[in-house]
Amino acid sequence: MIPEIGHFALIVALIVSLMGAVIPHMAIARGDTRLMALAGQFAYSQFLLASVAFGALTYAYVISDFSVLNVAANSHTAKPLLYKVSGVWGNHEGSLMLWVLILSLFSACIALGGKNLPLRFRSRVLAVQSALLVGFLLFVLLTSNPFMRLDPAPFEGNGLNPLLQDPGLAFHPPMLYIGYVGLSVAFSFAVAALMEGEVTPLWARWVRPWTLAAWVFLTAGIALGSWWAYYELGWGGWWFWDPVENASFMPWLAATALLHSSIVVEKRDALKSWTILLAIVAFSFSLLGTFIVRSGVLTSVHAFAVDPERGIFILAFLAVIIGGSLSLFAWRAPKLAPSGIFSLASRESALVLNNILLATFAGVVLVGTLYPLLLEAVNGTQITVGPPFFEFAASVLMSPLIVALGFGPLLAWKRGNISRASQILLPAVIIALVVFWVTIWQDAAGTFMTGFGIALGLWLIISVGMEINKKANFWKHPAGFIGRAKKLPRATWGMSLAHAGLGIILLAITVSEAWTSEALRLMKVGDSENVGGYDFTLEQVTPVAGPNYTAVRARFLVEHNGRFIAKLAPEDRVYSDPPMNTTEAGIYPTFLGDVYAVIGEYAGSDAWSVRLYFKPLISGLWLGAGLMAIGGLISLSDRRQRIGAPAGKKRSKRVLKPKKAGA
Amino acid sequence: MAAGLGSRKKQRFVIVGVALVVLMGAVLLVLFALGGDSLSLFLNPSAAVEKNMKEGQRFRLGGLVKDGSYTKQADGLTFNFTVTDCEADIPVSYHGILPDLFREGQGVVTDGAFDASGVFIAETVLAKHDENYAAPGTMPENTDGCKHPEERASSGP
Repeated sequence: MIPEIGHFALIVALIVSLMGAVIPHMAIARGDTRLMALAGQFAYSQFLLASVAFGALTYAYVISDFSVLNVAANSHTAKPLLYKVSGVWGNHEGSLMLWVLILSLFSACIALGGKNLPLRFRSRVLAVQSALLVGFLLFVLLTSNPFMRLDPAPFEGNGLNPLLQDPGLAFHPPMLYIGYVGLSVAFSFAVAALMEGEVTPLWARWVRPWTLAAWVFLTAGIALGSWWAYYELGWGGWWFWDPVENASFMPWLAATALLHSSIVVEKRDALKSWTILLAIVAFSFSLLGTFIVRSGVLTSVHAFAVDPERGIFILAFLAVIIGGSLSLFAWRAPKLAPSGIFSLASRESALVLNNILLATFAGVVLVGTLYPLLLEAVNGTQITVGPPFFEFAASVLMSPLIVALGFGPLLAWKRGNISRASQILLPAVIIALVVFWVTIWQDAAGTFMTGFGIALGLWLIISVGMEINKKANFWKHPAGFIGRAKKLPRATWGMSLAHAGLGIILLAITVSEAWTSEALRLMKVGDSENVGGYDFTLEQVTPVAGPNYTAVRARFLVEHNGRFIAKLAPEDRVYSDPPMNTTEAGIYPTFLGDVYAVIGEYAGSDAWSVRLYFKPLISGLWLGAGLMAIGGLISLSDRRQRIGAPAGKKRSKRVLKPKKAGA
Repeated sequence: MAAGLGSRKKQRFVIVGVALVVLMGAVLLVLFALGGDSLSLFLNPSAAVEKNMKEGQRFRLGGLVKDGSYTKQADGLTFNFTVTDCEADIPVSYHGILPDLFREGQGVVTDGAFDASGVFIAETVLAKHDENYAAPGTMPENTDGCKHPEERASSGP
């Protein structure tokens, strides 16, 4: 009965969304303000109905109702409760339900928080959101109904892929989806602005908090996924340029560009059509990402063709949304008033450069991701585009970005002074050059890129410091420095933290890639092995049993020059439903780097194969990503950002949030 | 750097110019990279033989681990086995930790290249236990004289 209620709620939600997508436009055409105001009611109802449907599905998972096909295919009674719940979005149908829920949640937030938007504009935005929801609901109801019944109901379910049974991955999809769907707000604002034929600095002020919030969640979601790959896959890798990862990285790049270009719209009334285009593109990347991950097109074009109904719907939906919004853009964008003038050396120019580089990089990633799919569709050749391609593109396109990033915040709007900025940044330049030299000179050939990466990272971190220093004027009046630094706008602090976070990530990538120590050995209990200056002693190997798996757990004692560092307990798990094994790496982060151990198979005569690593500075990746997300939240808490976003009451809550995200 | 550029036209010209340069650079980059080493083919053994893959040329090899082909070398960490699609056989050598679900008669996907003696030196080995969890189209179809792994008793390593 409960699943039927969920199914019914979805159908009613579809009807309400259809009304919500049409009626506001009619109201605007007739100038009927009372009818326009109804858009908000539609949004609330959509959210309510989506919650009922999602709740019904979650309930079916929690009580393991295997008469629901989706539950039987993806759940199991022996799973811990957390993974029964996270199993809801661990599959195609359920993840679409999550999309629907979050999309309607954002609509409700716009309705709730957008009280200070002009009524006409707010109705337009909500109507566009409703239209998106119609598409998704149709997709769910016609091709991917999660409430399909199974008769007779099986005694036991198939279980969730054990790799996904992990706390990191339980929360990774919702985070990422909030980010993806958050970009729909920027999209709806852009489409509404095109319909109204007007983009003002005020428009940018409305859009920015939403984009910023979406960006924060995308950043956190991607970092969480990468962290999961690092400890769960047991190869010590954290990013593989896998199409699934690229699918989340492209919207992130576009959202980053959008975040920066909307500043130009807000402050200088320039780059308007470009910003609108970016808002459309960023959300299109989100859609594309969701669909290439969820449609099965990735594992093989053949798999995609197995279910042509879904495939055709997806393509049609993408064509309507992306094609439609781009046509609207082509038609209306020329009407937008031309933008202000700025000099070549100005904040605007720096941000334009940022946008060109980020957009190009997103384009390159797109080509690298889709090329194998196209090739397979055309002549059946199966290929993969490997990490060298993306790494090369990243180093070529991101290096100038980071160099310019040091200057950008120090240049004035409209007309900046590069030589003055250079003077301020002189210490950063000197330190970067010296470190570059020392790195190259220390090691022989092959370390150019290492030196370059470290220098760039340091350059960025130090120039952020110089910039804060300049703004709070430490040299001239050291006494009140802290007070003045505290008084800097939160947006400035947010930006600085995010930029410094990027620098730390760059350092972590470079150092961990260059100086990871690794050993693959057979070890008996009592054996010791030195990896990167750390002594790993295998103390014990014991069998353990979990709720739905059995495992072998090793215990390593790690010491550095005889000093105790950590005990590691890596596991090798074998799950029963579905039959699959996973490795749980034993990791302990120290200030200098992570010690990391993986246990493999029993090799006979009391010996086990083990993989041991020392990965210098690798925690910097997550520290840096955390700083970026916290920076975004701090910036979001800036009072000036608050227009158009949920209003002031929640202020104290928001300031608290960053601490949580950093833990 | 010149200060004021004067006109809106000139400003647009500069922006479009820079964008074009970066874009052309990116296009060159893509063409260069897509023609080079960063692409790797996914081949089954007979396709690898047919394409006459050269020494050091990276590709992914997918197929079944041939019955009775698995051996472990004295160091306990180097493994040899044969990957077959029932038409062609390719000897593979792997130094590392094999996945637990690696079995003779089961599907594997390996990533690596041939060495001088024609042995495929694998850098990664992924085992596919259950066809449900294998990417469709990556596992060989049944052929006569070479039974599907599920139809025969598999002898584990």
